[in-house]
Amino acid sequence: MTLKRTISTIGAAGLALSLAAGAASARDLTVVSWGGNYQDAQKKIYFEPFAQKLGKPVLDESWDGGIGVIAAKVKAGEPNWDVVQVETEELELGCTDGFYEKIDWDKLGGKDKFLAAGAHDCGVGAIVWSTMLSYDGDKLKDSVPTSWVDFWDTGKFPGKRGLRRGPKYSLEFALMADGVKPADVYTVLRTPEGIDRAFKKLDEIKKDVVWWEAGAQPLQLLASGEVVMTTAYNGRISGINKTEGKHFKVVWPGSIYAIDSWVVLRNSPNKNDAMDFIAFASAPENQSKLPEYIAYGLPQKEAAAAVPANLAADLPTAEANLVDAVALDGAFWVDNVEELTSRFNAWLAQ
Amino acid sequence: MMSSAMRARLRALGLIMPLMAFLLVFFVWPLATMMVASVTDGTVRGVLPQTATVLAKWDGEGPPTPEMAASLVTDLRMPVDSLAFGDAVRRLNSELSGFRSLMSRTASAAKGAGEGQALDLVAIDPRWGDAKYWLAMKRAMPLYTDRYLLAAVDLERDASGNVAGLDANTSANRQIMLRTFLIAASVTLLCAAIGLPYALIAAASKGWVRAILLIAVLLPLWTSLLVRTAAWFILLQNEGLINDALKTIGLISEPLPLIFNRTGVIIAMTHVLLPFMVLPIYSGLLTIPANLMPAAASLGASRIKAFRHVLLPLAFPGLMSGSLLVFMVALGYYITPALVGGANDQMISSVIAFFATGTANWGMAGALGLILLVVTTVLYLVYGRLSRSPTMVAT
Amino acid sequence: MRVPLVPPPASAVGRVNACCEGPLSAFINLERISKSFGTFKVVDDLDLEIAKGEFLSLLGPSGSGKTTILMMLAGFVEPSSGAITLEGKRIDHLPAHRRNMGVVFQNYALFPHMTVAENVAFPLVMRGVSKTEAAERVARAIDMVQLTHIKDRKPAQLSGGQQQRVALTRALVFEPNVVLMDEPLGALDKQLREHMQLELRELHRRLGLTIVFVTHDQGEALTMSNRIAVFNAGQIEQLASPEAIYDHPETRFVAEFIGETNMFAGKVEARDGARTKIRLDAGPMVEAYLTTEFASGAAALVSVRPERVGLSETSNAANAMPVKVLDTVYQGDHMRVRLAGSGVEMVAKVDRKTRAWAVGAEAFATFNPDECTVIAP
Repeated sequence: MTLKRTISTIGAAGLALSLAAGAASARDLTVVSWGGNYQDAQKKIYFEPFAQKLGKPVLDESWDGGIGVIAAKVKAGEPNWDVVQVETEELELGCTDGFYEKIDWDKLGGKDKFLAAGAHDCGVGAIVWSTMLSYDGDKLKDSVPTSWVDFWDTGKFPGKRGLRRGPKYSLEFALMADGVKPADVYTVLRTPEGIDRAFKKLDEIKKDVVWWEAGAQPLQLLASGEVVMTTAYNGRISGINKTEGKHFKVVWPGSIYAIDSWVVLRNSPNKNDAMDFIAFASAPENQSKLPEYIAYGLPQKEAAAAVPANLAADLPTAEANLVDAVALDGAFWVDNVEELTSRFNAWLAQ
Repeated sequence: MMSSAMRARLRALGLIMPLMAFLLVFFVWPLATMMVASVTDGTVRGVLPQTATVLAKWDGEGPPTPEMAASLVTDLRMPVDSLAFGDAVRRLNSELSGFRSLMSRTASAAKGAGEGQALDLVAIDPRWGDAKYWLAMKRAMPLYTDRYLLAAVDLERDASGNVAGLDANTSANRQIMLRTFLIAASVTLLCAAIGLPYALIAAASKGWVRAILLIAVLLPLWTSLLVRTAAWFILLQNEGLINDALKTIGLISEPLPLIFNRTGVIIAMTHVLLPFMVLPIYSGLLTIPANLMPAAASLGASRIKAFRHVLLPLAFPGLMSGSLLVFMVALGYYITPALVGGANDQMISSVIAFFATGTANWGMAGALGLILLVVTTVLYLVYGRLSRSPTMVAT
Repeated sequence: MRVPLVPPPASAVGRVNACCEGPLSAFINLERISKSFGTFKVVDDLDLEIAKGEFLSLLGPSGSGKTTILMMLAGFVEPSSGAITLEGKRIDHLPAHRRNMGVVFQNYALFPHMTVAENVAFPLVMRGVSKTEAAERVARAIDMVQLTHIKDRKPAQLSGGQQQRVALTRALVFEPNVVLMDEPLGALDKQLREHMQLELRELHRRLGLTIVFVTHDQGEALTMSNRIAVFNAGQIEQLASPEAIYDHPETRFVAEFIGETNMFAGKVEARDGARTKIRLDAGPMVEAYLTTEFASGAAALVSVRPERVGLSETSNAANAMPVKVLDTVYQGDHMRVRLAGSGVEMVAKVDRKTRAWAVGAEAFATFNPDECTVIAP
C-alpha cells in the first residue's frame, strides 16, 4: 500500500468514526421488548409502521427483565434505551425508585380507556398474559389435569412437573393446590403462616419438579416428554400449537394473569417520540391486530372490543377464561420478592 | 536537566499508559466499586438526615416517640431527588419487607398535608406503631455496615448487635457457596482425569490426528450456548441418545436421570471447560524435549516408570495451571447449571445475578462477589505456594 | 562392503590407549544390518564388530546412517533385518531399558525437574539399588567429575559443560556394557569442546570403557578414537585406526571427507612390491604406495596430503614435478601454497621458516611414494 493510500484510508476510517459518534449522539428511538415471536409481531404492527410515520428508524432490542438492568441504565445518566416493556413489579419498583418518566395520559386519551391495572402513573398497559397449567393433549388423553390439585397429585399423574424457578407463581399455585380459593391467595400469602403453608405444600412435590427459567423451556420439556405437565405462558402455548401443530392444552381456572406495561426511562433523549410511540402502540386500530399473531389480551378497551370473536376466546381477557383466574399482585411481590427469593433458594438448597 | 535514562523510563511509562488506563477502568475501578458497595450504607441517612439524628439517640427500647415521627415527616417534606429516595426505600425494604408500600404511602401523605401541619403516622399506616419498623430504620442509618458481608455468609446482627446465624429457612448462601466450590472441584477433577490422557495423546500424535483431536476439544468454545444446550438435551434427556443406546444394548431398562440434576451439570460443564485443561497441559508437553523419554529408557526405566518419573512430573505444572483455570472459570458458571441443572445445582453466581439484576441490591451482590473473590484469592495463593515448592523427586 | 576386522597398523597402538593390542575379540556384533524408512535405505546390509574397551567413532556426513546404527544399539530403532549380539547373545529385540547401555544425547536430555544428584541417581533408582548404596555411588560419581558443589542444582542452572558432564556421569554411574554417544560435544564452544575431548579420552583410559561415539567432526574422531568407521550412504567406507584412515584412505570418499587432499587421475603402469608406477593423465609419472590390488592399465587416483608435498628449487626425488607458485597464504603455523605445472594443480602446506615463496616462482613439488595412496576412482 502506498503512503498516500494509507493516509486516505486512515482519513476514511476517522471520518467513519466521527460519523458513528455523531449518530450515537443523536440516537434513534430504541424500544425494548421480550424477544421471540412476540417481538416479531410487535415489529410488524408497531415498530415498522411507527418508523414510517416518524420518518426516522426505530431500533428494537430484547431483554430478560430485572429491575437491576433498568437501574444500571438510568443511573448511568442518559440511558441508551427509551421505551421498555416491563412486568408488574418492575413497573411498581421503578416508579417508586424514580426510574421512569411520568406518562402523559392526555396523549393516550385518558386512563379510563384502559383496564385499571394498565393505567399507571409510570406505565401504559401493553398486554395481558397468563401463566397457567399446561400439558400435552397428545400424551394425556383419558384423564387430564383440571386444577392445581391435580398438578400436585403424583399418584394420579406420575411423572415430573415443570415450574418456573423462583417464589413468584410457585407459592400462589401451591396455596391453590392446598385448597385456598383463587380470590384469597394473596390474603393468605400476606401472613407468615400462609407463606409457611405454601412452602410446606411445595415440599410435597419438590423431588418431582423440573425448574425452568426461560419461557421457551417449558415447551421443550413438554414436547420431549421430560415432564407430564408444566406451568407455561399462554402466548407461547398457542404459538407452538399453531406453528408446530402440537396439541398442548391449557387450564384457565387457577391461572394468574398479569399486565406488561410500556415505560419511558428517565432522562430519555427521545422522550417525545417515546410517548408518541406508546400512543401509537395503544391506538385501537393498531393494538387490535396483535391477537392475530399471539394470544395476549389487550389492555386498551376499544382495541379489545375490536378483536374477532374466534381470536378473543383464546385470550386471557376472555370472560370465560377469567373465571377463577387470579390477577398477579404486584404490590405484594414488590415488597417481598427479595426476602422470599432468599427463602426460596434456601428451601431449594435443603 | 533530564538524564537520558530518565527520559527512556518516562517514554516506557508512556507506552504502558494505555494498558494501565485499561486495567484501571475495566478492572480496578469496577472491583473497587463493588467492594465499596458491599460495605457502605449511606443512602437512607442521605435522604432522612433529621430522622437519622433523632434515631441515633433512641435506645431502641420502648415505643416510638413523637419526636421520631415529627423528624421523619420533616425529612419527607424536603424536596429530594427521586432516584436517591428510591435507593433509600429499596435499602429499607431489604432490611424489612414492607417499607416500599409504607414509605411511598407516608411520603405522599407528608407532601400532601400542609407545611408545618402535624401528622399522625399511625393513622396513615398502622405499621408505624410497630417499633420493629423504627428499629429497622435505625439499623439502616450508619454510613458503613457489615450487614451485607454477614448476610452473604448467612449471618446477621441481632437486636443487641451480636453476630448471630440467620434462620436456615431464610438464607442458604453458605450452602450454595459450598455447593459452588464442590461442583467446581468435581468439574476440575473430571477435567483433569479426561484432559491429562487426552493432552498426552494429542501431544504424542502427529499430523491430521493431532489436528482433529485439538479441534474436537476446542469445538465447545466455538459453539453458541444455545446450540450446545440443544445438543445436551438431545444427548442426555430420558429419550435421548445415551439413554436410548443404553436401553438398546440392554444395560438399563429405565432411563438414567442424566439431565436436570448434578450429573447433567457436571457433564455439561466438563464438556465446556475441557479445553482450559487440555491446552495448558498440551502446550506444557510440547516443550518437553523429545529425547527425554528415550533417555529414561536408556537409563533403565520401563515405559510405565518413565511415564511416572519423567513425563508426569513434567506435565504437572500444566495440569496445575489447567486445574486452576478450570476451577476459577467453573466458580462463575450459572447459565449452564440453570439450563441443565436441577433445583439443587444452582451456583452462587445465580444468587449474585439475582441481587444485581433482579433486585438492584448491589450491596448484597458486591458482598457475595467479595467473599467469592477472597476465597478464590486464598486458593490461588495456596496454589502459588504449592507450585513453587520443589516438584516430585524421582525416588 | 565387508570390512575385515584387522588389527590397526603398529603405529596406531598406544596412541589413545592400549586396549586394542593383539587381535580384537568381538564384544558387540552387528551382522547384515539393514534399515529402511519407506523406500529410503538408511543402513544397507552393514557389518560391524565392536571390541571390548575400544573407543570407536562412527564418522560421516549427516544422513549417512551413523546415528541410526547408534539408535539401533540403544534400542530406539529396530533394524529391518539383521542381528545384533552382545557377548554372543541376541539383543536386537530387547527393549531399550533392558539393554544396560549408557546413552549420552546430543542435547544431554537431562531431566529438567530433577537436581544433578537426582539425575545421576535415576538409573540406580530404576535398577532398585538400595538408597544408601545409590547415594554413595552417586556421591562418588559426582565427585569424580568434580560437580559436588552443584549437585543440588537443576539442569537449567548449569553451564553447557556442566550439563555435559552430568549427562556423562548419569550414563556411566550404572556401569553399562557400553557407552553410546550421539554428537555429545556438538553444542559446546570450540575451547570447551577440545577440553572435553581430552577429559573423555582420560575417562575412557581410566575406566576401560567401551565407547561408541557418533560425530561428523573428523578432528574429534581423530583425536579420541582407537578406530574410526567412516560412513557413507548407509555403508561403512573404511574402518581403521585414525592413522590408517588419514594416511591411507582406501576410497575416494574417505580421502576427500577426512582432511584435505590432492588427487591426480592416472593409470597403473608397473608394479614393484607395495610400490607401483602410475602414469598421470596429465603426463608425469608418479610412484606410489599400494594397499589394494590393481591390474596393470587400470584407472586409478593418487591421493597426496598437502602437508606431505615438499617444495624445493632443485630435486632428484622419486616424485618431483616442476611447478609454478600461483598463490601463497599465510596460515600462522604454516604457509599454504597453490601450485600448477606439469598439467596438474595442487596445494602444499609448507613450513614457513624454510623460505618464502614468491608468486610466480619456479619450483619442484616433491612427495614420498610411501605417503601417497592409490585409490580406485
